[in-house]
Amino acid sequence: MDSTVTGALWALILPFGLAVAALLAAAGNAVLDSRARGLSATAGMVAPVRETARLLRQQRRTLPGADSLLWRIGGAGLAVAAVLKVLVIPFGNFTFADLPTGLVWFNAMDVLLWALWWLLGWGANSGWSLVGGYRFLAQALSYELPLMFALTAPAVGAGSLRLLDIQDAQDGLWFVVWMPAAFLVYAASVVAFSSWGPFQTATGRDAAGGVIAELSGVDRLLVLAGRYMVLVAGAAFAVPLFFGGGSGPWLPGSVWVIVKSLALVAVFITARRLFPTLRPERLAEIALVLVMPLVLIQVAVAAVIVVVNGGAL
Amino acid sequence: MIPAILFWFFSVVAVASGAAVFIVNSMARASYALAVSFIAVGAIIVQLHLDYIGVITILMMVMEMAIMAVFMVMYMGMNPALMPMDMTHHKHRSAIIAVAVFVILAGGALFIPWPARIGVPPGDVTASLGQALMGSKMLVMLTISPALFATIVAALVLANPRGRYDRLGDSLTRGGADKGTAPEDPIRGGLGR
Amino acid sequence: MTLQLVLLIAAALFAVGLYGALSQQVVVMVMMGIELMINGVFLAGGGLWFYLAPTPDGQTLLLVILAAMTVEMAMGFAAATVVHRSRNSDMTDAATELHG
Repeated sequence: MDSTVTGALWALILPFGLAVAALLAAAGNAVLDSRARGLSATAGMVAPVRETARLLRQQRRTLPGADSLLWRIGGAGLAVAAVLKVLVIPFGNFTFADLPTGLVWFNAMDVLLWALWWLLGWGANSGWSLVGGYRFLAQALSYELPLMFALTAPAVGAGSLRLLDIQDAQDGLWFVVWMPAAFLVYAASVVAFSSWGPFQTATGRDAAGGVIAELSGVDRLLVLAGRYMVLVAGAAFAVPLFFGGGSGPWLPGSVWVIVKSLALVAVFITARRLFPTLRPERLAEIALVLVMPLVLIQVAVAAVIVVVNGGAL
Repeated sequence: MIPAILFWFFSVVAVASGAAVFIVNSMARASYALAVSFIAVGAIIVQLHLDYIGVITILMMVMEMAIMAVFMVMYMGMNPALMPMDMTHHKHRSAIIAVAVFVILAGGALFIPWPARIGVPPGDVTASLGQALMGSKMLVMLTISPALFATIVAALVLANPRGRYDRLGDSLTRGGADKGTAPEDPIRGGLGR
Repeated sequence: MTLQLVLLIAAALFAVGLYGALSQQVVVMVMMGIELMINGVFLAGGGLWFYLAPTPDGQTLLLVILAAMTVEMAMGFAAATVVHRSRNSDMTDAATELHG
């Protein structure tokens, strides 16, 4: 019982930590933005804080006929889903919740994002928002299957669905080395379920912001922050899956997990600027005809290696 | 104590949101009420030590309801939230049948002398499920997988409005490397085929 | 939390689903009713597994129920799409025969 209570107390830290990481990610993104526009880096760094303060003071507005209940659920849900994802990540040997099926838990939480993004689009009762919601679902249909098989690869490698076991199985060699295709698909899916980078059509500028078109005030703040939190959670989850969890010299494991997560977030933020936006209907054929067989081959290769080697490399 | 409270909470949520499916007059709310009902049932299943099956229930059903909401909106072609209407028939007879079935089932649940428990749950329930599927119960999976495959094919045949003759012409010669003309697609795929 | 309680909740879910499946006119709403009925069966299966025979291979039955649910959904949507396309209707009363 004692350990449950302390675990619950620790879990209170989690949302704040995730929020801080999201703020860092937003600041990094804003710095790159302002440098691209020839402004100073400091102007970029304070931009998220200034935007937060502005949105907190802004009045919320709602269109007539909006389904406010579903809309608010969608808005608040993003951050909640992100926290629930981080709940099962091991920080060194410590996890907030040591679920025996942690990997499936993550998958269930990222499916929750389908519902949340669509509810955001539907609830606003605005054409642009609804277009965004539909775009996200169309895109989700393409990325989800490859993502599921990409998640299978580390589980096959470790022979377990528990994240502590997956992390410990990478003592010898990180999974990213012999499962590069699975990692790339996973990373692309994280970018996609955060509606980020090349997969940002759901919030695209061509649809007046899509699902975030009608959001204002606290609602908008929650969604924008929640989107960064989902991105951070996805990056953090890649650490036990592909980057050996808390393994590393000198520093304690939990610090290494945070360092590796932030490094991955930095990669996602940089990669956003390198790729053109991909429309969902184009993604469908690429995902199902090209990426799916690739991931299946990756899982098969991992399985054969595990069988021949009698365990992870 | 805590498990009992959780069980009652999830049970009430499951039944109440299940009933809400047929009470609310918005398609989106109906679909997501059903999703909430499934999430609650998945949580109870996890409480029954079936971790894996409970979590994949949540996973599958949230996905299914997200898609279901889209189909509902597509078929109805209007927003019932803005124009409430009654799309039911035989309400009273249905209610009587449902209550009768509930009484029969509940009577069975309460009055059947259930046998004593055989065995205890295995230590790692998920691993034992995997071993059962790949071992003694493999025939089940071998039967399910062609059934699922047949479902995919049959559903596509029924629902797809355009076959290969629409794309490639009556003699299937349109498109290809040397024929020049591209297949007729309303939307081009991402691979440029 | 006993077997009887779990089965009662399952029966309630089944009955609510049955009411929906019988009373709704829209095809997708009928499917929701059927889903709710299967949901009840699923819960009952879980309860019976845990309280009567928690053997390793009993869980397979629950996977079969899940598979049945997906098949129902996929075929239901396919049939509904065909009906919708040929008659521009999504009501069960309009689809008295299944030929198109």
